[in-house]
Amino acid sequence: MSTQTHAPATTGRAAPSRRTHALNDHGRPAAAFLAPFVILYVLFIIGPAIYGLVMSFFNTSLVKPGLSSWAGLGNYSEALQSKDFWSSLWHTVWFTILTTPPLIVLGFVFALLADRVARGRWFFRLAFFAPFILPSAVISLIWIWIYTPGLGILETALGKIGIGSPNWLGDIHWAMPSLAITTVWWTLGFNFILYLAGLQDINPELYEASAIDGAGPWQQIRSITIPLLARTTTLVAVLQVIASLKVFDQMYIMTAGGPNFSTRSVLEYVYDEGFTNFRVGYASAVSMLFFVVVLAVSAVWFAIVRTQEKEA
Amino acid sequence: MATTLEAPAESGRRGGGVTRAQVDARTKLFNRICLGVLIAFAILWLVPLAWALDTGLKPNAETTKATWWIDNPTFGAFRRTLQDTDILRWYAASFITAALNAIFTVITASLAAYALSRLNFRFKNWVFWFVLAGIMIPGQVLIVPQFREFNSVGLLNTFWAVVLPQVPTAVAVFIFKQFFDGLPRDLDEAARVDGASFWRVYRTVIMPLTRPAMAAVAIFTFVQAWNNLLWPLLVLTNPKLMTIPVGLATVQGSFGIRYADTMASAILGALPLVAVFLLFQKHIVQGIAGTGLKG
Repeated sequence: MSTQTHAPATTGRAAPSRRTHALNDHGRPAAAFLAPFVILYVLFIIGPAIYGLVMSFFNTSLVKPGLSSWAGLGNYSEALQSKDFWSSLWHTVWFTILTTPPLIVLGFVFALLADRVARGRWFFRLAFFAPFILPSAVISLIWIWIYTPGLGILETALGKIGIGSPNWLGDIHWAMPSLAITTVWWTLGFNFILYLAGLQDINPELYEASAIDGAGPWQQIRSITIPLLARTTTLVAVLQVIASLKVFDQMYIMTAGGPNFSTRSVLEYVYDEGFTNFRVGYASAVSMLFFVVVLAVSAVWFAIVRTQEKEA
Repeated sequence: MATTLEAPAESGRRGGGVTRAQVDARTKLFNRICLGVLIAFAILWLVPLAWALDTGLKPNAETTKATWWIDNPTFGAFRRTLQDTDILRWYAASFITAALNAIFTVITASLAAYALSRLNFRFKNWVFWFVLAGIMIPGQVLIVPQFREFNSVGLLNTFWAVVLPQVPTAVAVFIFKQFFDGLPRDLDEAARVDGASFWRVYRTVIMPLTRPAMAAVAIFTFVQAWNNLLWPLLVLTNPKLMTIPVGLATVQGSFGIRYADTMASAILGALPLVAVFLLFQKHIVQGIAGTGLKG
């Protein structure tokens, strides 16, 4: 554990500075200030992470104590050869593909529009952002009702303008897009606010100067707003991709992974294997593989941010 | 709705080719179209919530008619939900766990951030990176080991199991550290020279100046804890201890085709957060916008 930062203030080499180290080294108070956080952090985040890694090499069962027999890389090779694992990974990626572009584009467009409105912003914040803070359980209940065949408002509304509806949550091909629509509606507000904040950082003089030069609104958006929001867009994109990869709640409540496992995400697969089939060793291996995917996405993000900072 | 358009920026100069008046007219028209589009989308965004409320106010028998008009508006569905489910207990459970979570997170994260921002000690950078690593670990991959951890110490079906793993939040430390780094050092150094202990400086100088960050972290932690489904679902199997999301997820099947009851329970489950949103709108928005999340 790293709370041992209060090690006596000795420097290994022959003291290079005459000044007593004790004056500048706050090892003891630092340890005291860090202790509450670090202890909980090690107990409940780092510890379980390491424990999970260990379990992934054993045939650990939920219903038996201990780690059980050594599996080596068995769980990993089983996961990598399992059709269920790959299909759940694909569903997760498919969900991410379906949700990320609309969440970025709509978040940007709505923020851009709202930024031009001087008063009544509270109304747009309420409309777009309020759903974001509601529990997934509430969102799911409302949207199951909206999608209900024969009774739901979506089918009724589309019927009024002469469009037939699929069985939104019941059709293998439509279940995932339905979940994506719900998610876009639910989480758009977060990106909306991030973009709104980014827009407010742009110096209005830039617009005024370009207006004097005869630039219309479209030109301004293309040559001022979008380039200056590049960093915000990178942030929104990576947060969005990671959030979408972690999807669980909506699927668990709205479709339970169905119909015919067509909406089972990686985390739902982990949940099924670990808590329904009691194979926690295997579930841990799947978790670790999933963690590698998330790490890869984060690494790409770091790389992009670095290049952006060099250019800036 | 009091939406007015931003007045075009006043400027006497004239641009090459296009007159200022023409540009202003174009901008005005553009702004008007923007407003129209935005209002249309905002209304579209509110429809699901309005529809849920509309359904909740109908008698169950009338929910099969997909119309907005309610012939016999009634609070029956709300009354039944309050009486027949454990929703009042769920409220209490959600409130206790979310509040404890927010308090513990604010305290532990701000203390750690103070050390990282103001104290000198060996391995400081190492500690900082160690904490930052926590942002990378998706909480969901920890559920299995965490579950075994709590199972082995017999804390399943207690609020401790819900609260404790959610307290250490690396992002919260990061937000506090960013905020502390932005506070002028003269303030607390003056207090130190006067002989105040670090603890005293933290309590009486730094924290009082940290209200915006504190509010943001507290509100976000509270909302996140309140909404969390997966972890409480695993550790709370006793219906009397369930939080709102867990309760709603488990009760859903039992309503069958009583759509009004389902919607009423959804609305009741959302109500406290709507209140949080209306009360703390500004803090929530500033919290997202201004505390380092912006990149």
